Amino acid sequence: MFTLSPSRRSFLAAASAGALTLTLAACSGGSAEQTAPEDVKTLTVIAANSPWTEGLKTLATEYQQKTGVQVKIEAYGNEQLNDTYKVKLNASSSDFDVMAFQVQDVMREFSRNGWLTDMTDYVSSDADWDWEDFQQPAREAVQLDDVVYGVPVMTEREIVYYRKDLLQQAGIPVPKTLDELKTAVSTLNDPATGTFGIAMRGSRVPLVTQYSSFLYSFGGDFQGKDGEATIDSPEAQQAFQFYGDLLRSDGPPGVTNMGWVEASALFAQGKSAFYIDADSQAYTFLDPTKSSVVDTVGFAQFPAGPAGSKFYNIVPQTVGINEFSTKKDAAWEFIKWATSKENTARLLSENTVPGARESAWADASAAEAFPAELVDIIRNAGESGVGHDRPQLEQVAQAREIVGGPAIAAIEGGDVAAAAKDAQKQFQDLLDSEG
Amino acid sequence: MAVSTTSPAPAAARPSTRRSFVDRVDAHLKWVLIVPSVAFVGLLIAFPIAYTAYLSFTNASGSVSRPKRFVGLENYTRWLTDADRFWPAVGRTAYFTGAALVLELVIGLAIALLLRKTFRGQGVVRVLILLPLVATPVAVGMMWLLIFEPTIGFANLVLGWFGIPAQGWLSDPSTALNTLIFIDVWQWTPMVVLILLAGLTTLPEEPDEAARVDGAGAWQRFRHITLPLLAPVIGAAAILRSIDALKTFDIIYATKGVGGGSSHEAETLNVLAYGQAFQFSQYGRASALLMLFFLLIVIVLATLAILRKKADQS
Repeated sequence: MFTLSPSRRSFLAAASAGALTLTLAACSGGSAEQTAPEDVKTLTVIAANSPWTEGLKTLATEYQQKTGVQVKIEAYGNEQLNDTYKVKLNASSSDFDVMAFQVQDVMREFSRNGWLTDMTDYVSSDADWDWEDFQQPAREAVQLDDVVYGVPVMTEREIVYYRKDLLQQAGIPVPKTLDELKTAVSTLNDPATGTFGIAMRGSRVPLVTQYSSFLYSFGGDFQGKDGEATIDSPEAQQAFQFYGDLLRSDGPPGVTNMGWVEASALFAQGKSAFYIDADSQAYTFLDPTKSSVVDTVGFAQFPAGPAGSKFYNIVPQTVGINEFSTKKDAAWEFIKWATSKENTARLLSENTVPGARESAWADASAAEAFPAELVDIIRNAGESGVGHDRPQLEQVAQAREIVGGPAIAAIEGGDVAAAAKDAQKQFQDLLDSEG
Repeated sequence: MAVSTTSPAPAAARPSTRRSFVDRVDAHLKWVLIVPSVAFVGLLIAFPIAYTAYLSFTNASGSVSRPKRFVGLENYTRWLTDADRFWPAVGRTAYFTGAALVLELVIGLAIALLLRKTFRGQGVVRVLILLPLVATPVAVGMMWLLIFEPTIGFANLVLGWFGIPAQGWLSDPSTALNTLIFIDVWQWTPMVVLILLAGLTTLPEEPDEAARVDGAGAWQRFRHITLPLLAPVIGAAAILRSIDALKTFDIIYATKGVGGGSSHEAETLNVLAYGQAFQFSQYGRASALLMLFFLLIVIVLATLAILRKKADQS
């Protein structure tokens, strides 16, 4: 038998301490203890890559100069962003404070999981900051059961992008109705010369949000008044058929593998006469380094269907506070500053961020940076805009996969009615499972 | 004033307690010394697997800290009776792994045999062959996605030069999985080449020379001498590649996205589990699926190990 030497003892002590630290680190949750704003030296923001996030990088530098608080920004692609949140928040992580999220994708789920801070008192705390200045639909979009979970920082609508030159050559006016759109698309479809009639999302999940405006304009919706599934309604089936026919007859090959990245690339390269998607992509086509249609791209309001021109008008980016953050008040101070009237107008004019403040849009010099046609559509959104672009429930991702089914059947020329009936049952089951 | 009633006795007893603890540690020092490694394995390997197993018997969804209910084998029976997503995914996983493995071993062996002979510029060729191996899988996926784009991609442009009609490659549901196998073969064959080349250089030359003296042809020498001698190395390469191919995720996700495409045409078990966990937040179901996948990998590995043992014995 041998005895422990002092060095062995300290080694054992260090080893046990190490193991204990690991165990505690694995077991500990986020601490609710808050740091006073004046003691906060750094804040961490997690956001999706977007014009707003780009603008925020400049604002963050200025904020540091003004207050001494360093703001670190981590930006991800949309899908990676949600994965990052799920991993970090499932572990009650407090290593980030400000979180930009997509209201429609995750707000229900995240708020029920207890991951989002209730910001109701924050937004009403400062009259000068002026919560009421935010567009009403945008304010409504970030609330659930009268609780505010974030501040809307971007708005977005579905619009029609078209090639002015091609329409002019063929003597076709800008389509005002879906029927006119269909005729124009088939007239301009010329695969032999490498120009397709239309490019749109055809991939099962991504297409759902862009199908939504077709659905509304045909008079349907994903859910009825009581939240029940309505995706096999005659209107929904007509919309599925219309969407599928457009892409099957006059769209590019391989369309069921296309999200907005692929479809917008075709339009930017001059290989498509029409492109229908969110207006936030307008600046891709106006950027000479990314687009060969800078001088020929036109913007038009979503065409009218049997129920009129009804397009989504949503809040794609909202900025909230991590419930597990230890610097909530400091996080709010930064959000308040970044979303002030002055900075919203600045982001609108300098970074073309379509903000949600009425005052920014009323400022003619700030809105000048936007093409006039686009500003008209945005101002008209009040009458035609629908506040959502996907099913409204907690399990949005699963619902989108279900709703995409009949659209794929339509694109592939399959039995839309049977696919819609099947999807309706699955969607209703999913809604029922949430109670 | 508050009066302390604490007895001093425990303080007095402390030194002897400490000594007996030290003595006990001393007596079992060899066990104490392995504590860090046991803690490491426990925390980083055993705990995640055990926790996944636990979650697989619950209806955990949304957040793992939300209240969950024990549902027994419900998640397992749900998957095992799911003919829409689970079994096709099992089939695709097996097909992808099998096809990629066979192609990589055959092509890898052929290239390794060619590179075994010395020739001018051998160094450059070896470096070029290894290039795909050092590329990040997601970047590889994005690159091939562009090459195989049906309208503006390079692959169809090349086909056009030879008058061959454009193909759907990744976008056509009937060819997507085969195109992915091609990408996997492109990226991972170099690794097989590397392993087999290392094996070939260690083979004894005498049997080959003896056979040559006896008048055996090149094919006969390959079939009856090189191949049997190289079998253990081929076996090792097969095991390494089959594990990798079974859990392929990145190139499928980068090219076909969530769900493995619009008709789930490239959805393997890994992609399905990812969708359930990260897209649908169905942690209970995803855990059950991963446990089934874990079992499948263990079975495949055990089978390969047994086959290898039998081959070694014979």
